[in-house]
Amino acid sequence: MKKSGKLAALFTVFLKIGAFTFGGGYAMIPLIRREVAEKRDWLRDDDLLDIVAIAESTPGPIAINAATFVGYRMCGFAGALSATLGVVLPSFFILLAVSALLREFAEVRAVVYAFRGIRAGVLALIVRALWTMYRACPKNAAAYLVMGAAFLCAGPLSFSVLPVLLGCALFGLIYTLIREKGGTK
Amino acid sequence: MILLRLFLVFFKVGAFTFGGGYAMLPLIREEVLAHGWLDEEQLIDFIAVSESTPGPFAVNVATYVGSEVGGVFGALCATLGVILPSFLVILIAAKCYVRFRQSKLVSGVMAGLRPAVVGLIGAAALPVAAAVFFPAGLSFSVFTDVSFYVSLGIFVLSLVLVFRKVHPILVICLSAAIGVLAGFLL
Repeated sequence: MKKSGKLAALFTVFLKIGAFTFGGGYAMIPLIRREVAEKRDWLRDDDLLDIVAIAESTPGPIAINAATFVGYRMCGFAGALSATLGVVLPSFFILLAVSALLREFAEVRAVVYAFRGIRAGVLALIVRALWTMYRACPKNAAAYLVMGAAFLCAGPLSFSVLPVLLGCALFGLIYTLIREKGGTK
Repeated sequence: MILLRLFLVFFKVGAFTFGGGYAMLPLIREEVLAHGWLDEEQLIDFIAVSESTPGPFAVNVATYVGSEVGGVFGALCATLGVILPSFLVILIAAKCYVRFRQSKLVSGVMAGLRPAVVGLIGAAALPVAAAVFFPAGLSFSVFTDVSFYVSLGIFVLSLVLVFRKVHPILVICLSAAIGVLAGFLL
């Protein structure tokens, strides 16, 4: 395929992925695999295995990370740009429309009641996300210590989020390096 | 310069959140509340909107807040800000990704960040819970208020449903329906 054709295809595939996945990044990974490795052989399956690992250990939304990564591996910088633009555009336009709608109907009584109910449901979604992330976490003393410290600092002590994140990252780094040194002896 | 500020704030959110989705909630919440762009209840409402619209949470919230605060250009600046850090970092990581994956620096930092995010989301869930159950502040009178029990009922029901892997959109629709029914009947 010619490069311009490939770029256009990348854009449309990621446009489709952006328009039809609800719930963000993790929900997109199987879809990306199907579109890119199964339906077309743009990348092999083992190229894709790393997407999740890379997307999780780099900052930013998983969906953007995955799109940029796949696009770059296929056609370099232009590919990264096409895929990322494709995955972002649907959300962008849908949310512009939604925010205008919400402004219009925010005072309607049924909408006010609906959101009052929805808030309790959202709290359940947050608890569920918390549980999922807790399960994915390594279970050792250091991890529990970081978890507790982050909770205390950001919650009751009301530190801001950024210093807490940086402190925990530094702790993780030092802890890992010390443990590795001990292991090689 | 509201456009510049939107860009910078969301750039920060994009650059310092790992894991996507709800992992971004603590930092987004802090920034958005500190700038007075949304209040606690609007933020919770928006999480529901984002779950019911396609696309990543971070892009949705950036577009929404941007357009509320600065119109179409505000939405553009905020969205660009939130995606730019990932875009740049991935360009570098994709080029040397074998080395990146085996890097002790990356795995060490992630060993600290992963549990930190759990703690931070836990801390962010508390004020959300307060806004849901005690919208008028914490006092004993809420226990005689019927809307407290409606919220509690919806929360427990939703919790059971999400842990049985019912789709979040269904949970949100059901919560909305109960909210409307309770609002008009009680």
